[in-house]
Amino acid sequence: MRRSLVAKTYKLYVGGRFARSESGRSDPATSADGAQLANVPRSSRKDVRDAVKAARAGAGAWAGATAYNRGQVLYRFAEALESRAEELARAGVAQRALDAGAARAELDAAIDTLVHYAGWTDKLAAVMGGINPVAAPYLSFSVPEPTGVVAVLAPDEPDLLGLVEAAAPALAAGNSVVAIVSRRWPLRPLDLGEIAAVSDVPAGVLNLVSGRLDELLEPLCGHRDVNALVDATGDAGVAEQVDRLAADTVKRVSRPDGAGSLTRLEALVEIKTAWHPVGT
Amino acid sequence: MTVVTGQRTPVRWDYAPAPESRGAASLRDRYDLFVGGAFVAPSDGTVVTTTNPATEEPLAEVGFAGPADVARAVDAARAAQPAWQALAPLERGKVLFRIARLIQERARELAVVETLDGGKPIKESRDFDVPAAAAHFFSYAGWADKLGHALGGREWRPRGVVGQIVPWNFPLLMAAWKLAPALATGNTAVLKPAETTPLTALLLAEICQEAGVPDGVVNIVPGAGDTGAALVRSGVDKVAFTGSTAVGKEIQRTLAGTGTGLTLELGGKSANIVFEDAAIDQSVEGIVNGIFFNQGHVCCAGSRLLVQESVAEEVTRKLWDRMQRLRVGDPMDKNTDVGAINSAEQLERIRALVEVGEAEGATRRSVACELPERGYWFTPTVFLDVAPASRIAVEEIFGPVVTVTTFRTVAEAIERANNSAYGLAAGVWTDTGAKAFEVAAQLRAGVVWQNTYNRFDPTAAFGGYKESGFGREGGPSGLLPYVVV
Repeated sequence: MRRSLVAKTYKLYVGGRFARSESGRSDPATSADGAQLANVPRSSRKDVRDAVKAARAGAGAWAGATAYNRGQVLYRFAEALESRAEELARAGVAQRALDAGAARAELDAAIDTLVHYAGWTDKLAAVMGGINPVAAPYLSFSVPEPTGVVAVLAPDEPDLLGLVEAAAPALAAGNSVVAIVSRRWPLRPLDLGEIAAVSDVPAGVLNLVSGRLDELLEPLCGHRDVNALVDATGDAGVAEQVDRLAADTVKRVSRPDGAGSLTRLEALVEIKTAWHPVGT
Repeated sequence: MTVVTGQRTPVRWDYAPAPESRGAASLRDRYDLFVGGAFVAPSDGTVVTTTNPATEEPLAEVGFAGPADVARAVDAARAAQPAWQALAPLERGKVLFRIARLIQERARELAVVETLDGGKPIKESRDFDVPAAAAHFFSYAGWADKLGHALGGREWRPRGVVGQIVPWNFPLLMAAWKLAPALATGNTAVLKPAETTPLTALLLAEICQEAGVPDGVVNIVPGAGDTGAALVRSGVDKVAFTGSTAVGKEIQRTLAGTGTGLTLELGGKSANIVFEDAAIDQSVEGIVNGIFFNQGHVCCAGSRLLVQESVAEEVTRKLWDRMQRLRVGDPMDKNTDVGAINSAEQLERIRALVEVGEAEGATRRSVACELPERGYWFTPTVFLDVAPASRIAVEEIFGPVVTVTTFRTVAEAIERANNSAYGLAAGVWTDTGAKAFEVAAQLRAGVVWQNTYNRFDPTAAFGGYKESGFGREGGPSGLLPYVVV
């Protein structure tokens, strides 16, 4: 007797849990040749609000964790991604019709990106902060702090690496993230949630939402509890809309295309200056 | 229930023995040199038995390197260096991340061996030495591909082959402090652990093998002072030494004119300054931690207590009271606060200086407690009425002995604290922030702790002013000794 495959129901990753869209909607995910691979949640405004709420709930503890701890968690994320790299590379071949070498190279780059940012967590203050030699008897110093909840608009391609490259700096800097994953290739980015979930990444720190950009941009980029936007779509039309939405609550917008890691990180921190008297 | 005020309820703290299991580590009978990625017997060295200073029992035989062995190790490091330097920076970092992970995985074993070989309380090796060693590798792993940010974008290259000599007080942690920045920057290393505590460095060699450190990148050559001297003269491109000021000076003289890079982390006689507006009980805890942590075998130990006159009586009374509650004895007992003195030689040095202190007229108070019959022990000791110029107030004792002198003004405290050939660390205890920062700014010391003591972190530079040495370990400055910019 032939055994039927038990296909996976793809879900959003919000607040450390896997959920369908509250709207009950889905969109088909197709391969490069148009064959249907699965259905993915077509998220609603409410799903976005839930994700931001989860991100805010997760933000405090993550920002308050030691830099060392955050580094170890991101490194653990890299370890967990490595352990599923072969499977995800094969999925890249099947879904996007990548050749095997390119698919594996994308995975390698994603893993190494996480390792790279794992090593940044305890160095941000040394590189971005410092003592201010003020001309008065005060100890004045400036330190980077996470900006809070960061919305990430992941690029369509590369689906997995693009998401990791856009989200990892936000995580390393101590922010929590709500990411809209690749619209064209949402399956592997949603798989990343399963990896985050077993990586000691605390619930709510990374939230992954699938759906249509035209439905999700406004609720996410206009959300009053989002502090910064990372627009990695590379789409000029999206950029204009994102910038306009950001203005309502003065969100920081960055477009990391081609930027080095420090530049990406700088866009996602606040610099706090403290003054303390010196003298007897 | 009646509440009696003004009278302290006597409390007897009885602890049942809580021994750590020795079975957490299984030592081999014999450990050899780690050269070129393999364990090899010494060719012109010796084989020495390393012992447990708490019991005087032998632990294992260890090969000590002779001059030819050292030369072989340097050759192995030289051969491995170009490929290690040429490796993509992130790939070097990934090897260091693996070392950090493996230290964490073998944490229990490393802690037990550290305590058996060195005599420090298991709670210190378990909660401080081993996790701090892993953290150091983890932090410097992340620097490997970010060096441009630490070096101001300057062109740089590794030194090449570095010779590293570490002391017996924090054997694994000091090896981590030395190796992690050296490897992150593309150097290869020959490391000499201390004569009395070679074992955890050799376990670290096993970890290097498992972590995929290429052969020859890390070489471990146990030995005594003559092995260290051979390493200094071996033609390495840089020497990093942690140990006594006397040996440090000798190394500096030896390398004079050779152009060899050098960093020295040497002795100290660090002042722990308690002002009258300090939280006294917390200060007392800090004084105890400052001097009795690791039996006082700490280069930055707060061995000179300076107390403002108005609170001197209260501080010394509470300190003495607190000292009674220190648990001295079996280092493998999880409740032990003060373990064994590291070696018979060190015990003799402590005794000799303490006798000098008594002869000089200071008032000695040593805790009376039962000590094991075998092993090397020295009970927590405080000297009162110490003249600032007396030898015990000037020379490093490197044991659980603190001297107390008093001061009246802030300026006097600063002057006394700075009146030392050393300048490694200091403690400042006051609830007035402005004063704390002012005093910290005036102190000629590489590390100043405010309302705390003996804090260490891979992100925070550590090292001394004056005869406490030069160069820093930790943070971005810890990379500088290992690069040519």
